[in-house]
Amino acid sequence: MQSQPKAPLSESDKSYEQLRISDLHAYYGESHVLHGIDLQVRRGEMVTLLGRNGAGRTTTIRSIMGLVDRRSGSIVVNGTETVHMSPHRIARLGIGYCPEERGIFASLSAEENLNLPPTLRSGGMSLEEIYELFPNLKDRRKSQGSKLSGGEQQMLAIARILRTGANFLLLDEITEGLAPVIVEALGRVVRLLKERGYTVVMAEQSFAFAGPLADRHYVIEHGQVVECVEAHELDSKRDLLESYLSV
Amino acid sequence: MTELIGISPQLLFAQVLVGLINGAFYAVLSLGLAVIFGLLNIINFSHGAMYMVGAFCSWLGMQYLGINYWAALILAPVVVGVIGLLIERTLLRRIQHEDHLYSLLLTFGLALMLEGIFVELFGVSGQRYPVPDLLNGGINLGFMFLPIYRAWVVAAAVVVCFTVWYLIERTKLGAYLRAGTENQALVQAFGINVPMMRNLTYGFGVGLAAFAGVLAAPIYSVAPHMGSSIIIVVFAVVVIGGMGSVLGAIITGLGLGVIEGLTRVFYAEISNTVIFIVMAIVLLLRPAGLFGRQS
Ligand SMILES: Nc1ncnc2c1ncn2[C@@H]1O[C@H](COP(=O)(O)OP(=O)(O)O)[C@@H](O)[C@H]1O
Ligand SMILES: [Mg+2]
Repeated sequence: MQSQPKAPLSESDKSYEQLRISDLHAYYGESHVLHGIDLQVRRGEMVTLLGRNGAGRTTTIRSIMGLVDRRSGSIVVNGTETVHMSPHRIARLGIGYCPEERGIFASLSAEENLNLPPTLRSGGMSLEEIYELFPNLKDRRKSQGSKLSGGEQQMLAIARILRTGANFLLLDEITEGLAPVIVEALGRVVRLLKERGYTVVMAEQSFAFAGPLADRHYVIEHGQVVECVEAHELDSKRDLLESYLSV
Repeated sequence: MTELIGISPQLLFAQVLVGLINGAFYAVLSLGLAVIFGLLNIINFSHGAMYMVGAFCSWLGMQYLGINYWAALILAPVVVGVIGLLIERTLLRRIQHEDHLYSLLLTFGLALMLEGIFVELFGVSGQRYPVPDLLNGGINLGFMFLPIYRAWVVAAAVVVCFTVWYLIERTKLGAYLRAGTENQALVQAFGINVPMMRNLTYGFGVGLAAFAGVLAAPIYSVAPHMGSSIIIVVFAVVVIGGMGSVLGAIITGLGLGVIEGLTRVFYAEISNTVIFIVMAIVLLLRPAGLFGRQS
């Protein structure tokens, strides 16, 4: 086993570095997609990766999980250098990954999907807690993954990583293509995660969804971080952000 | 019972039994192929050779080490399974990101090598393996004579098939396997050691082939080419059942064995090709196979 993160979250832990990425380059086959990303996330922080389509947000998240063909630079998670580790060992550092395409297994039932990810640490949510948070999933638990609606699949993709005890979540565009009422429900879930002290990195198209909750926003363009905006600067830099993100 | 459309019931039942026995082997072999194909995306052309090596393991064990049939039933799959683990770890893993064709050629080459080695050592003619004492003899069912060993083969194959089916469809381990069949990268990103899972799956799949080989030893003679003659039919079974479908492999295996047996009664001329005729028809009507997910 890798060195476990220390005691549970307390005020003094706020400076604990959950993630530090330095000079990250990532490649799919021959194509060089990330060109030196630098960012840091402290424990309990919620951070967004903003950018236009194709900017490199998904690739950044996949790089953290070790899911790109090749990467170089440094990705330190919980004090452990992970840039040469395989995905399953990275996950075991306590990371929960919710992929952009949601990754619900079509041949498994909703409940099998929910129970699939192995427990990584103690303190994960119980099945009751999860069904309380996502009542729809309880009604649909016997349904095949392929039969769930887009919103249900998204809920399930988040729910199943909350069961594992992961305290560091990577959420890739969880609101993409969903109806406003579902986006609202996801907003409540994300707020709860923040209250419970989860560390969260979210890829988003705009700051509309996570803006009010996030501690910091990184704007990514052409595989580089072009702007870092702290929560208290959001108002003063709003125009700048808009110009980066407008299509 | 009198004649049924000019065919004696004795002949009919005897051929159905032969069909069931062949079907039992088709089922166990295609099950292993389906499991391997599902997770590793490898068309394992050395499956027939592993079946042959399994049969030889039991024969060699009996001949030189005094290992009896029942012990061989456990040991041969373990030995062949370990060979499978090594093959996956040292050879197949290196080409897992390459095109399908590479693993197909590699496993085909391995099969040829294994057959060649056994021909060199033991010649092409078969070795006899006695039916274990406990399963000797037969029962007169009134309408036909049922050799106990043959009944045992069908029963053992059915039990093994459904145990594997249960493991895959109803347990947590099986859920990993099914999920891995769909999206390995994501399963690994959840913290599951997918490379190890692939390794064990390959070992398990070829172990199943060896198990079939041990079952086959007392029925067919133990010969280097026993695998290559059955494996072509087994591939047809897998294609008919639907690549990677576990239940499909089992049901299609048994069903086609029986169809083959019945053909021998009603129209013997095509009994050797009937499975391929069925394959052609199924591929025309349901390209993904009877139990495969149609895309
Ligand atoms: N599997 C892949 N193979 C090759 N290029 C890819 C692949 N996935 C993404 N890319 C390219 O990498 C760049 C960044 O994509 P991505 O990280 O998905 O952006 P975002 O999530 O910000 O929309 C894009 O130019 C995209 O075309
Ligand atoms: Mg993306």
